[in-house]
Amino acid sequence: MTNLRAEGVSLGYDGLRVIEGLDLTLPDGKITAVVGPNACGKSTLLRGLARLHPLDGGRITLDGTDITAMPRKELARKVGMLPQSSIAPDGVRVAELVSRGRYPHQGWFGRHSSDDDAVVTTALRSTGVEELADRPVAELSGGQRQRVWIAMVLAQQTDIVLLDEPTTFLDVRHQLDLLDLLTELNRDRGTTVAMVLHELNLAARYADHLVVMSKGRIVAEGAPSDVLTREVVSEAFDLRAQVVPDPVAGSPLVVPMGRFHSGA
Amino acid sequence: MTTDAVETAVARLRAARRRRHVLVVAGMILIVLVAGTGALLVGAAGLTPGQAIAGAVGLGDKGDVFIIQKLRLPRIEAAVVVGGAFGLAGALFQSTLRNPLASPDILGISSGASLGAVTGLLALGLSGVVLSAMAFAGAGLVAIAIWLLAWRKGLHSIRFVLVGVGFAYLCSSLVAWSMARAEENEAAGVLIWTVGSVSDIRGDQLALVAAGTLVLSAAVTVVSRTQGPLSLGDDNARSLGVRVDAARIGTLLLAVALVALATSAAGPIAFVALVAPAIARRLVNDGGAALAASAATGAALTLVADVVGQHALLGVAAPVGIVTGLVGAPYLLWLLATTEKRSR
Repeated sequence: MTNLRAEGVSLGYDGLRVIEGLDLTLPDGKITAVVGPNACGKSTLLRGLARLHPLDGGRITLDGTDITAMPRKELARKVGMLPQSSIAPDGVRVAELVSRGRYPHQGWFGRHSSDDDAVVTTALRSTGVEELADRPVAELSGGQRQRVWIAMVLAQQTDIVLLDEPTTFLDVRHQLDLLDLLTELNRDRGTTVAMVLHELNLAARYADHLVVMSKGRIVAEGAPSDVLTREVVSEAFDLRAQVVPDPVAGSPLVVPMGRFHSGA
Repeated sequence: MTTDAVETAVARLRAARRRRHVLVVAGMILIVLVAGTGALLVGAAGLTPGQAIAGAVGLGDKGDVFIIQKLRLPRIEAAVVVGGAFGLAGALFQSTLRNPLASPDILGISSGASLGAVTGLLALGLSGVVLSAMAFAGAGLVAIAIWLLAWRKGLHSIRFVLVGVGFAYLCSSLVAWSMARAEENEAAGVLIWTVGSVSDIRGDQLALVAAGTLVLSAAVTVVSRTQGPLSLGDDNARSLGVRVDAARIGTLLLAVALVALATSAAGPIAFVALVAPAIARRLVNDGGAALAASAATGAALTLVADVVGQHALLGVAAPVGIVTGLVGAPYLLWLLATTEKRSR
């Protein structure tokens, strides 16, 4: 059991506070989605949780230990993070990129072992890119590439995986594929998943725990059906909307109204 | 595909990539051996191959032994050591700053060395090892200055490169200004500090540069493992457990030391640090930093350029620094053109 928790966390850029005194616990073994309008601080929060952004105040703990007190490599064996829009170096092949996920498990002069090959293989298979193992990453489609990056994070073998807008630049089919894949990981391996998503309705459908942010604070959090109400959408996004049950999944479906379409 | 088949494919790919890296290094060593043998056998003294080989092992005519062991062999060794240092340093700069244009010649670190040496020579009348120390100090000072100006809560690659380019122009202008003010007879001695040459490195100086390059290369193995994660970007590298700032500072320190050492002996040999890693990466082509291959390529490129400069350019014996651009640039262009065709 591993528990990632933000306690009174403040984050910002060059003195400009983005988040002030925020508390959040990622439920263990669940999928958490963080949604909110642009510049609400959701990506910054995720980066803080992954120790990619220094804290201005508060602390982030993993099983009660302050993550800044841990060696980075140790943290990298427990928390994996896929940042927004990563670019693969020229010439790198799929299996090589995925192998880089083994870095935190290797010693100073550590070389790849056959154990590493087995882990890389599992990661390739569970993301469905095993047929592409020896292809250059640059030649893949956007959807395939994103799967390969997720395979790299999986090869890190962490109990917690954080993803910053993993579905950006993907068409709707590939968005669903990717979220299905993450659900599979969560169900099969018990991996705790936390991601920032733009698409409200997909977040509501796939998340066990939904966090709605606005202006650097959490407006509401909990089960999507409890959280995603007309009032919350209005408060967080400054948007008039109807919320109806998703006919496919039963989760809340946000139907925005706008100036020209305000419904019957 | 079954799990076993995938795992075999993964292992096979890894082995193939390592084999390819070894092959590139071996190929470059072969070029060094061929060019080195050629350089030993050919020269103004008109020795026969038999005399040259006898001289190399210390047999035969005393004059022949002197020519081979004191003139030709040190020059070959110097080209290999200095070229290897430039190639390795360039690869470190480029991979850790994630910019294929980041090389000590572009960043002004080589011109810093020139400025240090030229100032020592013209203003202070220095020579020998003290002059080399001035070149080393010049390179180091420019590196520190770039660092101080580029540092903003961490080292940002693009800032580092842009500040470096500024320093390159500043130092080159100062060198040109010093040369314009110098007497004609002094200007000839200054030339080596602007184009680079391996013709006068021997004895203690050669031993010092060789030993220093070896020690620094050994230290590079400590930071070399961080280059893979670093090539994925700072965020990915941190997420994989790399202490990015520490790794980058360590890498750049070693790279600057390698450049300063090589430049203090040979002057700023143009283009090697820029082009050798580019060639090595194209040949290895695994998305890695190709450190060993870059060092081997730098050595081969510098030696071949020196042999060409000595013998193949009609009429004049050109210093190696003039030839490296003539040899290296077309080869890089050819590589870029052909790999592009293959991958599309």
